[in-house]
This record gives sequence, structure tokens and C-alpha cells, in this order.
Amino acid sequence: MSALTSADIGQDRSARPGTADASEGRGRFGRVASLLLIAPLGLLLAAVFFLPIVNFLSRSFIEPQLTLSHYAELFGEPLYLRILLRTMWIALATTALTLVLGYPVALLMTRINGVAAAVVSLCVIIPLWTSVLVRSYAWIVLLQRNGLVNQSLQHLGIIDQPLTLLHTDGAVLVAMTQVLLPFMVLPVYATLRNIPPELTRAARNLGAGRLRAFLAVTLPLSLPGAAAGAVMIFVLALGFYITPALVGGPRTLMIATLISQQATELSNWPLAAALSFVLLVLSLGVTMAFKRLLGVDRMVHHG
Amino acid sequence: MASSVMRWLERSTTAVAVGLILAFLIVPTLLVIPMSVSPTSYLRFPPTGISFHWYSAYFSDQEWIAATLFSLKIAGLTTVASTIVGVMAAVALVRGRVPGRETIQALILAPLIVPHIVVAIALYLQFAPLRLVGTTTGFVLAHTVLAVPYVVLIVSAALTRLDQSLEMAALNLGASPLRAFLEITVPLTAPAIAAGAVFAFLASFDETVVSFFLSGVENKTLTRKLFEDIDFNLSPIIAAISTIIVVMTIAIMGLGQLARRATIRKTGTN
Repeated sequence: MSALTSADIGQDRSARPGTADASEGRGRFGRVASLLLIAPLGLLLAAVFFLPIVNFLSRSFIEPQLTLSHYAELFGEPLYLRILLRTMWIALATTALTLVLGYPVALLMTRINGVAAAVVSLCVIIPLWTSVLVRSYAWIVLLQRNGLVNQSLQHLGIIDQPLTLLHTDGAVLVAMTQVLLPFMVLPVYATLRNIPPELTRAARNLGAGRLRAFLAVTLPLSLPGAAAGAVMIFVLALGFYITPALVGGPRTLMIATLISQQATELSNWPLAAALSFVLLVLSLGVTMAFKRLLGVDRMVHHG
Repeated sequence: MASSVMRWLERSTTAVAVGLILAFLIVPTLLVIPMSVSPTSYLRFPPTGISFHWYSAYFSDQEWIAATLFSLKIAGLTTVASTIVGVMAAVALVRGRVPGRETIQALILAPLIVPHIVVAIALYLQFAPLRLVGTTTGFVLAHTVLAVPYVVLIVSAALTRLDQSLEMAALNLGASPLRAFLEITVPLTAPAIAAGAVFAFLASFDETVVSFFLSGVENKTLTRKLFEDIDFNLSPIIAAISTIIVVMTIAIMGLGQLARRATIRKTGTN
């Protein structure tokens, strides 16, 4: 996952181009020229993305012969089912946590300016730009047996013996929430910023209290941003590999780490392919279902 | 009076709560910095002094330097490849006639949505019989696929925002479409192209999962070596390298962000 770049998705959405009216007929490059321009990318994606993925996934159906046995194994084995359910649970919990923690930050960002605003923005954007690997490493240092969290708790006399924090579901959840939080703050901030302040003022003038004005005006109008952030985070969390692998370890597997284990340690390619197919169907299914919310198609598109 | 006290209480509670959330975001991100200058091999609080020992250990370690140089080489080549291919595609999508435009756009963005673990294993299986695993060619091909959507997104957005009348004027004055493109469109969208290139560079340099599967015994990316070392021993060398990466990323992204601002100013319909 390239965390550093998805800020851009949020920003591009906020600066959605709606002005240029380059209608179909006025394109200045003809059909042949256009196809020649797009051909290198088309060939590259076909050969280095779509073909390898189709080849890999097909192994779950055709090895050793035409079969659904790998799917039967996947859905018949309680361990795999448990990992699948845990993945969805952690993805959902991460989404909920990022919503609860991200919304207030986004709200604050709309209400401050000057130095305070710059500091808050940096607190959101620097993590986004920082390697997921580096942040997962930091969580290991914080949560390990003689890590900073245990040291502090012992120092304060809250615990006597260091707690086992690393390699637990809780550790994965906390680390993933921290890693994905900026993806909630930015889209929510983008929608909040576009709500005309007159609307809230009108509600207040009509006698609504501050809480009521927020609940009746601001909150509903900011839901598209929150929903876009939630979908993005849920899909990213489903397929997350680095943080579960490092912070979760071999005992707290999620679907991506299970796929990797089946592939690298057991060379069980058909089962890895079946798991990948399930993961892909889930990710693409959620993305398609909420495509309009994500606005990916509107970013590049005009007309 | 009572209500102003309430108001003050409410505000300070909010401030503390949001402050804690911001600390949760930023502390684990910047934690590597104090770790990298810690004289002890594990982090103690309060710190017992400052030492640049781990930095000199990194710079004198042949393996780390080889991995760093390899990652820089891959990222540089990926930047060139994905910028060229991506700008061409963006121009075709925004200024050309492409049948099934929406479908093609969705397909170009697919590498952003498909989990990297799936891409990683698929490419490993495809590349292994072709002897591309652990090769520069293999890495650049794989990373270009992952980086190119960002170039297409950023450059397409800038092209869409660009006032077409400038290009039209050049055409009406007799310039060929190619000349109008090279003399009007490219200079006006240059900052966006630069921003796309920055994203492509970092998408490659930062990429971990695909690199993990494509790395050979000889050719390892920095991320692969970091991943292994984090998993097996938590030497503070990792913190020193992480600090270098964090500082470098922030600097590069800052430049990229300036470039984006410049695009918006230049294409200026905002």
C-alpha cells in the first residue's frame, strides 16, 4: 500500500475539475493518435498486471485439474474461516475507530487558522507521508515486552509485570488505526470545508443550539466525506499486509499474512490463489458498491 | 457566568481530546528520531545522551548501502518510465478520443485497489520462469505498474483544469496539434508532471510488499532489508535509516506539494 499517495486522491477530489468542457467531439488528438498514446500503458498493464493476476488466480480452479476443492478446503477449515472473520472484524473495527478519532480532528481543522492550523495539518500529513514500514516498526518498539508502554506503566506503578501487548489483535488494531487515520481526516475535512458557513449561521439564527445546528446541518452534509474515508479504509485494511505481519506476528494472522504464509512457507499456490480470489472479490465488491462515494471515476473524468 | 464556565470547560476538554488524537498520530511517526540518536541499543526514557553511532554504523555497512543504492536506482528508473507512459495516457484520456474511456480509466486505477499481496505473488509466479525475479528489469516493470496510476491521476486533473482556449488559440494561429501540445500544454502542466514524478518515485522507493517477493539474494531493496531486520533483530540502525527515510520523504513531498500548488496557480481555474 502506498499510503503517501492517497492524500492526493482526497485532494484531487476536493479540487474536482468541473469547469473544463472538453466535450468528446473536440478532442484534438484523433482516434489513432489517442490509441497510440495509450498503447504503452495498456500493454504494460496487460502484461505486468492483469495477465499475471489472472494466471495466479486461475490456479485455484485448475490445479491439479478443474476443481473447486481449494474453495471447499478454505470454507471447510475452521482456522481459515476464523482468520477470514478476524480480518473483517479488524477491518470494521479499524474503520469505526478511525471515524471516531478522525472526525473531531477534521472538524477542528475547519475551525482554526494560522500556526495552530499548520501544526494540526502537519500532524495529519507527516504520518501519511511516512512509510508504513517505519510506523509499524515504531509500534513494535512501543509495544514490546521492554518497550516504552510497558516501561511507563511499570514506572507509574500501574503494573508489576510487563504486559504482553505485541502480537495481539489489540496491537494490530491500534497500529492499523494509526496508520490509516489520515485517510479519514482528509476526506472528512474536504467535505466540511465545502459546507457554506451561512447554513450553520442560519440554523443558529433560527434558534438552534450549537449542538442541534451541528447535528441537523453540519453532520449530515459531511457524511459523504466520512463514507468515502470509511470505504477506503475498510478496503485497505482488508488487504493490509505490513502491519499485521510485523505487529501481529505469526499468531495473529489476517488474510493477507495467511496468503503470504501459504505461498512462501508451504508453497501451496492453489490455496493462496483461492484466498487471494476471496480477498479480491471482497475488496472489489466493496469498492464497486460504493464507487460513487469514492469519486475515483469523477477525478480524471470530465463530461 | 455559569454558561461561560461551561463553555470554557467544553473547549478545554475538546482541546485535550483532539490533542491526544494528534499525539497518537505523530508520536509513533517521529519516534524513530530519538531512537536513532540513542546511545543504548534499546530505547530508554528519559534518554541517556546523544550518539550518532547508528548512523555511522549504517553508512559503513556494505549491505545496507547496497540495498539503499539498489532502491534508489529502481525508484529513479520507475519514475522515468511511469512519467513517460503516464503522461501519454493522460493526454489520450483528456485530450484525445478513446473508446470506452470510463472503463479504461477504471482499469488504469486498478493497481491502487488490488491488495499488494495479490500483485506480489502473481508477479513472482509470472517473473520466476522468465528469470526476472531479483532483476532491475523485473522491479522497474512491477513498480511502474504500481506508480503509474498516480501520474495519470495528477496529470489528468491538471489537463482537465487547464483552460483549453490557450491551446485553441495556438491551433487557430496555425500550430500543429503536436506543437501546440509541446509549447502550450506541457509548459503549463509541467508542475503537475513534476508532482506525478515525485509520487512515482516515492511509490517505488516506499513499496514493500511486491519488493519483498521480487527481491533476490543479491538484489534486495531497502524496504525488503528493513522488513527482514525488523522481524529478526531490532537494531537501532533501523531507526537511523528510518529517520533518513522520514526526513527525505517529507522533503520530497514538500517539493511535490509546492509543485501542485504551482499547477493550480498556472492552470488557475480554481
